[in-house]
Amino acid sequence: MNGVGLHRKLEENAGLLIFGILFVSAIGGLVQVLPSIFQESLQTPTATTKPYGALELAGRDVYIREACSVCHSQQIRPLLAEVRRYGPYSRAGEAVYDRPFLWGSKRTGPDLQRIGGRYSDIWHRLHLIDPRAVVENSIMPAYPWLTRRAANARSDIQLKMQALRRLGHPYTEAEIRAAPAALEGKSEMDALIAYLQSLGISRSPGDTP
Amino acid sequence: MCSIIWAVLGMTAGVYVAAELIWPGIDFGQPWLSYGRLRTLHTNGVVFGFGVSALMGTAFYSVQRTSHVPLFAPGLAWFCALAWQTGVLLGGLSLLAGWNAGKEYAELEWPFDIAITLVWVCFAIVFFGTIAKRRIKPIYVSNWFYGGLIIVIAMLHIVNSLAIPVTLSKSYSLFSGAQDAIVQWWYGHNAVGFLLTGGFLGMMYYFLPKHADRPIWSYRLSIVAFWAFTYSYIWAGPHHLHYNSVPDWVQSLGMVMSLVLLAPSWATMINGIMTVSGASQKLRTDPALKFIVLSLAFYGLATFEGPMMAIKSVNVVSHFTDWTIGHVHSGALGWNAMITFGTFYFLVPRLVGTELYSVRLANVHFWLALAGTMLYILAMWGAGVSQGLLWLGLDEIGELSFSFKDIMASMPPYYLLRFVAGVVFLLGALLMAYNLFMTITGRKTVSVRPPAVSEDYRMGSAPTSQTIPVQQ
Repeated sequence: MNGVGLHRKLEENAGLLIFGILFVSAIGGLVQVLPSIFQESLQTPTATTKPYGALELAGRDVYIREACSVCHSQQIRPLLAEVRRYGPYSRAGEAVYDRPFLWGSKRTGPDLQRIGGRYSDIWHRLHLIDPRAVVENSIMPAYPWLTRRAANARSDIQLKMQALRRLGHPYTEAEIRAAPAALEGKSEMDALIAYLQSLGISRSPGDTP
Repeated sequence: MCSIIWAVLGMTAGVYVAAELIWPGIDFGQPWLSYGRLRTLHTNGVVFGFGVSALMGTAFYSVQRTSHVPLFAPGLAWFCALAWQTGVLLGGLSLLAGWNAGKEYAELEWPFDIAITLVWVCFAIVFFGTIAKRRIKPIYVSNWFYGGLIIVIAMLHIVNSLAIPVTLSKSYSLFSGAQDAIVQWWYGHNAVGFLLTGGFLGMMYYFLPKHADRPIWSYRLSIVAFWAFTYSYIWAGPHHLHYNSVPDWVQSLGMVMSLVLLAPSWATMINGIMTVSGASQKLRTDPALKFIVLSLAFYGLATFEGPMMAIKSVNVVSHFTDWTIGHVHSGALGWNAMITFGTFYFLVPRLVGTELYSVRLANVHFWLALAGTMLYILAMWGAGVSQGLLWLGLDEIGELSFSFKDIMASMPPYYLLRFVAGVVFLLGALLMAYNLFMTITGRKTVSVRPPAVSEDYRMGSAPTSQTIPVQQ
């Protein structure tokens, strides 16, 4: 039976065709994606990588909600120019508590992986309220409304931490109990700034800043 | 044909966000008009609103004609259509409200993920049910591609959306960090692969030969190209993660398979172009065919550019820049939108049994679409290549040559050109919406009877001939 004859069987039997497509398209994923999911070294945090604190976690979720990652990457490639501009290149172990990952695919604005500690809290506040007040020609949107919303307005911080603990983030019972108090009186702006200031400061010992 | 409405809405959102990148103040301090939310609405609106609606509509249309039977479970088909439109509408509103799962092209939160899965299963039941009760023995090639779309997108969507819900509007991905990245781009790249490429190739394989009134040039080539495409596309995702913190072997494999992918992609393009080459005189008079042929040219361009950008040493420059945005739009505007426009111009008058309201307007639309796409790509090439090279620029002692701010400050001319290009393209789409509205207004849809099937290909009869089925 030649190739065309063989194919006739496939194209005359819907069941075989469905199975064929599923089988052929699954191979790539099985060989490429599945091993990575079970690769231990990709799930091992670096020595200094800790889960986000309650306020930082709330801030990270604001970052996700406003889709900051469509313009800001969090991934420094191991290239001389990138390391010069942004700091030590990214390691897989630094992202193990990132659900979802926020490496991004576009840098309309600069990379933020190691933004923590580079600017003061007050700079971030001014910048987020009116980017053009501190960076001339910036095209970043302003986020004035973040100052008016409470960081724990939905009272869901404990639910979030419990869900993450179920996924393996080592939060203690005491940390979860203390979470609402940590967010008390804080705005979403405070939370977002806390998150930004936490970014990249867990770099491995021995790395130059 | 809600697809047309989503086309206009999705593209309007696109033009608006393009404007926000020039005049950032035009969100007026409103959260729901903020760039991050509108940009997400734009991508979801065009892919799931415009793209999937067009694919679902044309799949239902062509599967009946290539199977010589009416739809299996027409009630369920109506449910699919209406549920999908409701889903896109509510999903779009949820994105404006800030419900965002944070994964590109999979931003909708878990309630929508479940709803999408349900509608998709119904779509599969109607589609494969129709094929199961077909009266013609061979399953036509367009249906392989539509079938691939349904099966593979289901697999990708379910795996990538796995998450633990926290509240109605919030969930956390089952995967984290590097693993999440690998799963996400396995999904993200193949959503492009099997939806925006494979699905629309299904559209091409039905409507192009139908329209050109010629059989597909090479039946063998379509077989080889289909299976090679289905096999190799799925490997290419990691080229979105070049030099990122994922294992080297994953990156290298992704790059090699992206290069391999050029072969089946172009094989299909050649098959399409050769099919139409026997009917080239029609190109002068028929705007619908012009759109489809031009879309194949852009398909060829985008599927050549893609593998090139997947080469690590090219990707060093192109990654994170507007070049990527340009590449996506040469595919999305040049290929997906144009073939859909061509298909609409062909299909809509036939649905109501009349002529197109204005061929002249369709011709104007053709040139607007071409100009818009070209300007868009040129603007983004300029912006992207200069960003990529300037970011990497080092002086003789190894210090950075340019600050990020200075490079950014050189962008407005490109972004302005992109905005103009978007407006031109959108204008064309509006003309089409008007033209098609005038075509169908006040008319009833026609019903057709399936034609007789030749003895050779009827279900239950043994194949007696080696000739290739010319589709009905």
